[in-house]
Amino acid sequence: MAGKKNKATRPKTKVPSASADVPGEVRISRRSFLGKLWLVIGGVALLEYLAIALDFVRPRRTRRDGENDTIVIAGPIERFEPDTVTAFPEGGFYLARLENGGFLALSRKCTHLGCTVPWNADEGSFVCPCHASAFDITGDVLDPPAPRALDLYPVRIENRIVKVDTRQVKKRRSFDPTQVTYA
Amino acid sequence: MSDLKKTESQSGLLRRFWHSVFRGPVYPRDDSDRKLIVLSHLLLHFRPVRLPAKNLRYTHTWGLGGMSMTLFFVLAATGVLLMFVYEPSPGYAYDSIANLQTNLLFGKLIRNIHYWSANLLIVLVTFHLIRVYLTGAYYPPRQFNWVLGLLLLFCVLVSNFTGYLMPWDQLSYWAITIVTGMMGYAPFIGEWLQDVVRGGTEIGSTTLVNFYATHTTVMPALIIVLMMFHFWRIRKAGGVVIPRSPGEEKEEKPEQALTLPHLLLREFSVALVLIAFVMVLSVVFDAPLGEAANPGMSPNPAKAPWYFLGFQELLIHFDPLFAVVIIPLLGALGLFFIPYIRYEKDTSGIFMMSREGRRLGLVAALTALFITPVFIVADEYWIDWDAWMRGVSPVVSNGVLPATILGAALTGYCAFLKRRYSASNNEVVQFVFVLLSVAFVILTITEIWFRGPRMALVWPWSL
Repeated sequence: MAGKKNKATRPKTKVPSASADVPGEVRISRRSFLGKLWLVIGGVALLEYLAIALDFVRPRRTRRDGENDTIVIAGPIERFEPDTVTAFPEGGFYLARLENGGFLALSRKCTHLGCTVPWNADEGSFVCPCHASAFDITGDVLDPPAPRALDLYPVRIENRIVKVDTRQVKKRRSFDPTQVTYA
Repeated sequence: MSDLKKTESQSGLLRRFWHSVFRGPVYPRDDSDRKLIVLSHLLLHFRPVRLPAKNLRYTHTWGLGGMSMTLFFVLAATGVLLMFVYEPSPGYAYDSIANLQTNLLFGKLIRNIHYWSANLLIVLVTFHLIRVYLTGAYYPPRQFNWVLGLLLLFCVLVSNFTGYLMPWDQLSYWAITIVTGMMGYAPFIGEWLQDVVRGGTEIGSTTLVNFYATHTTVMPALIIVLMMFHFWRIRKAGGVVIPRSPGEEKEEKPEQALTLPHLLLREFSVALVLIAFVMVLSVVFDAPLGEAANPGMSPNPAKAPWYFLGFQELLIHFDPLFAVVIIPLLGALGLFFIPYIRYEKDTSGIFMMSREGRRLGLVAALTALFITPVFIVADEYWIDWDAWMRGVSPVVSNGVLPATILGAALTGYCAFLKRRYSASNNEVVQFVFVLLSVAFVILTITEIWFRGPRMALVWPWSL
């Protein structure tokens, strides 16, 4: 069973240990090497399983929910009065037309924790029901705790028809005039 | 066959079968039978044959661990039934619950039992943690069992949280929105974590499948394994910590009592009373089922599940990075390291360590009871770091600054106690533990009963 050298110095059935023979010198016997190899292989198998598990629970991009990953045709620009906000529940956004006639498509999700913010026309602001964050018509933060302005969706105007691309959401810190789309 | 016993070879077929199953006595006539029964039965051999007689006192442990285990099995039994009628997909989930409640014999009752057991379980495991801490059952050799208990607490919270989404009504949809929204604030991994938990960017069918699999398979399996580990470590430590009064030395050879009947009879009665209590709750109070989930309309106010509301209350006072990442992480680390702090003395078994410890604990509880509401009200109406420090990042003005002030105040207070009352490390740690626990309970209560529309402070009766 054990190597010849060990037989002389140790009782018969002891497995030879690498470092015990010559202190300071690392010698790995075939048996202990194979033993360690099994350990490594076992570890690799465990890692493989974990990697697969992670891939299973990872965001599943192929099967997305809802219909909001397409281009929404909002309508002709005349339909939207300046300084008004129109909700598009199926797209999950608000189309805001600013006083100067420019368009912004604002995500309805509060940037604080993701609640849906309703538009309050009388006060001219979005107020989140969860933690009372408030946003103005451009999506800028009026009241914290919301850390950022409402997210944007790209707006395009083709042949005086407003279209909103809900496939990509744009995060921003605050409002600046370059974000507005004009006819 | 000559060496088979006479009774085994000559008795009838059924009798031989019976004796093959029950090798020992079934009904005990004397103490030696009782010992044999505990030893030779699969379920009973998890228990020791005898235990220190002092551990039998109900008010030492309050039976909280055993009650938690009982509820776990009640939850498993009712959960399996629910799995047969529940459909984990957004289109059917709500209707399948509604159908269960109206069309199935005792359907509503089974759901109520599951609901009340789950909520009660959180209360009981929290009490259990507090009991274990206050009786000093975390010194060696019980250190690692404290950690196992924390892992079990985590699993219970995850189980409850994943179960919360199942009915797919307004309450569950928005509670999960808020909590997964909190996850997004973790630095570096926040968005990834949020996407993994939700199974995408939105809460939808993949979220429900993730939660269903976690709730019905991953967590129960983990809990069973951890529970067995937990119980085994109790056995290895020689049973639960033996109670003693302040100044009393540990006994070398404590007086013993037989598990059967003394311990088992007590455990059995506690379990039965608990089950009866859950039954009464479930008959009288229905589990809530609101409107079906509507992603377009957040209810006002929208709240997380009640056991996370302490954190949601913190969100009102601190920057999100502090409220849902740094403070909870520090809390978890603090709990984790409780058994590994360097203590001057081993106070295991003594309720609140010493007479001094009890006094200090009372001071801590009263301090938290007074200061927390004062701070909540002050922050609601007068303190406004944001407005006072325009231009400073809210992470600093609403996070670093108030957290540092509070941390410094607590550290200073502890240093003062150590000097003034020459308190030991044990007592100072217990002081902090009691103070923070009571503060967290008050935060939770505030958020449950004192927060109305737009999260403004209101009286509970006007909610």
